[in-house]
Amino acid sequence: MSSLLSNRNISSKPARKSTGVRGRPLLRTSYAQEITLANTAAKRRGVIAIVVLGFLIPWLVTDDLLSILTLGVISAVGAIGLNLVTGYAGQVSLGHAFFIGIGAYTAAVIGGSPTSQAIGYGLPMWIWLPAAGIVAAAFGLVVGPIAVRLRGLYLAIVTLGLVFIGEHFFREARSITGGQGVGRRGAKLELFGIDFASSEPIAGLSREQAQFFLALVFLIIFAVIGRNIARSAVGRAFAAVRDRDVAAAVIGVDLTKYKIMAFALSSFFAGVTGAMYYAVVGVFEPSAFGLLLSIKFIAMVLIGGVATISGSIMGALFIALLPRMSMEIAHLLPFLTNFITVFQLEAILYGVLIIVFLIFEPRGIYGIWLRIRNYWKGWPFSY
Amino acid sequence: MSGLFQALLDGFAQGSIYALLALGYVIIFKATHVISFAQPALMVCGGLFSYHSMSEWGLGFWPALIVGMALGALLGVVVERVALRPMLGKPVFTLAIITIGVDIALRVLANRYMGANPRPIPFPNGSKQHEIFGLVITQQRVALIAVTAVVVIVLALFFKYSKEGLAMRATALSQEVSLAQGIRVGAIFALAWAIAGALAAIAGTFVASTGAGLEQNTWIIALKALPAIIIGGLDSIPGAVIGGLAVGIIEQLAAVYQPSVAPWLGNNFALVAPYALMFIVLLIKPYGLYGTKEVERV
Repeated sequence: MSSLLSNRNISSKPARKSTGVRGRPLLRTSYAQEITLANTAAKRRGVIAIVVLGFLIPWLVTDDLLSILTLGVISAVGAIGLNLVTGYAGQVSLGHAFFIGIGAYTAAVIGGSPTSQAIGYGLPMWIWLPAAGIVAAAFGLVVGPIAVRLRGLYLAIVTLGLVFIGEHFFREARSITGGQGVGRRGAKLELFGIDFASSEPIAGLSREQAQFFLALVFLIIFAVIGRNIARSAVGRAFAAVRDRDVAAAVIGVDLTKYKIMAFALSSFFAGVTGAMYYAVVGVFEPSAFGLLLSIKFIAMVLIGGVATISGSIMGALFIALLPRMSMEIAHLLPFLTNFITVFQLEAILYGVLIIVFLIFEPRGIYGIWLRIRNYWKGWPFSY
Repeated sequence: MSGLFQALLDGFAQGSIYALLALGYVIIFKATHVISFAQPALMVCGGLFSYHSMSEWGLGFWPALIVGMALGALLGVVVERVALRPMLGKPVFTLAIITIGVDIALRVLANRYMGANPRPIPFPNGSKQHEIFGLVITQQRVALIAVTAVVVIVLALFFKYSKEGLAMRATALSQEVSLAQGIRVGAIFALAWAIAGALAAIAGTFVASTGAGLEQNTWIIALKALPAIIIGGLDSIPGAVIGGLAVGIIEQLAAVYQPSVAPWLGNNFALVAPYALMFIVLLIKPYGLYGTKEVERV
């Protein structure tokens, strides 16, 4: 069946020796070939090129832009997590900010230094990073059963309530979070004896460059994990639950198990993201984990592309660059600042971009990429 | 004991605001099957319309309220027409997210208008206090409860006896059948958003006439009507009113008793008490108190 499906694409580029049988790259003879990570030669080369480009970026852009990109790359992991639960499994979650907060504070307590207000144990990164994920996943396990009982918009509102209750908890637990208006520092960003937060150059790299490398490796690891979840039996079960949960149950997908699993996995991704993000940022406050953060992640998923890993990454980078873009827009069109400030422009862009993408490009940036790809695949034919 | 009754009365007044907002959510949901996350922005904008017509055009409170309602209704129609109509038939979640986008964009404009200064709407004789059975209530709250009662009764009569109300109920049941019966479903959507916009404007005006007035973060209040509709059931109009009042009362009770009874919950727990109540209700009744249970078909 899979080989039949792929045979439809024989009009594309002529034979390249690598994947396919008898030099036909798109001819698949087994299901395993169909779902392998890079199922075409072009895809494999493209991914390698992008990763190489990623490692070259620190020398191509200035340090201020690089630190923005670092945060974007880290948020991409959180966006992948949200896409797993919302895009793949179809369980709408507005509560992502809560799980990110849980991860950030777990890491800060385990890996941060104590302050006059807040506790901290200063343990190394290889402990606090997994711990942040595990604790967040545990909270996901607690929320999961509620998701099993609720569907659609009920679930959206309940997860929204989670954000408010979480924010309250973060504000009040001063021994963990430092409290409102004070905050605390994130975990210490130190791995293999290298302090990524020090202002001294590390092996000839500036701090921004070193942090970007760390973030990039972090993203590659979790993107591969995310992709593997999505293409395995678990991912197919998620998609079945999303498309029609009753039908999924009928064909033998355990709804309870997979809904809870989706929440737990997504929370794990959120937890490690929160830990890394605020370790790079430095001082952070409980008010960071409000509804706006959840909406930012929803925007990453929707603008990037629902139920795609690469889309999540593109969306996260896009949203991370949005403040910078609105600054540039304000520079280019100075008359705008007569009406609104740069921050207001940024906020309006969030809102308007979400609307515009949903109306005109529902598949997000990934959809735009698909159209470009298909155009060149068929070139010079327009169909 | 009078402390308890006082808290209940205050909660009832505050709950009236949530009930007005919750009605807006439910009416939109029933007509279009969308939860409008744009209600906070509609509330703030509606309040600001009233404020503007009072401070700039010199109207009295009640005429200003009418103007605010009219402009709020207009804003609701514009939002529906521009942002939601093109998306008819798309998944409801997509539509809900679009309303979040609308909310963000509108609130930026409202904040731009307000700046750093709170915008209070003075209620005529608002701080005058009445005493009933040893309980104290301000003139403003009496008016709020009365207005809410009138609105609920008018809406109930409208849905029950008017032609448009009947058309709205039919649309809520089935959009296709209503179309076949000659109902202009698009106009019904616009009408639902207009009613919701007007209700949000009433709520916004009364919010502005208590405390400091409309501020940058007043919009959070409107989100507390979300637990109200979940508690009452998404598609139940009596449920919205009861849920709204319940949320107001729970919030007030938590404000009065939680610091002494359960201090470990931290300061200001009252602000999140509605969400806690929502969790408890949902664990017992997944479709709220009066919501229709979904029937599943493979």
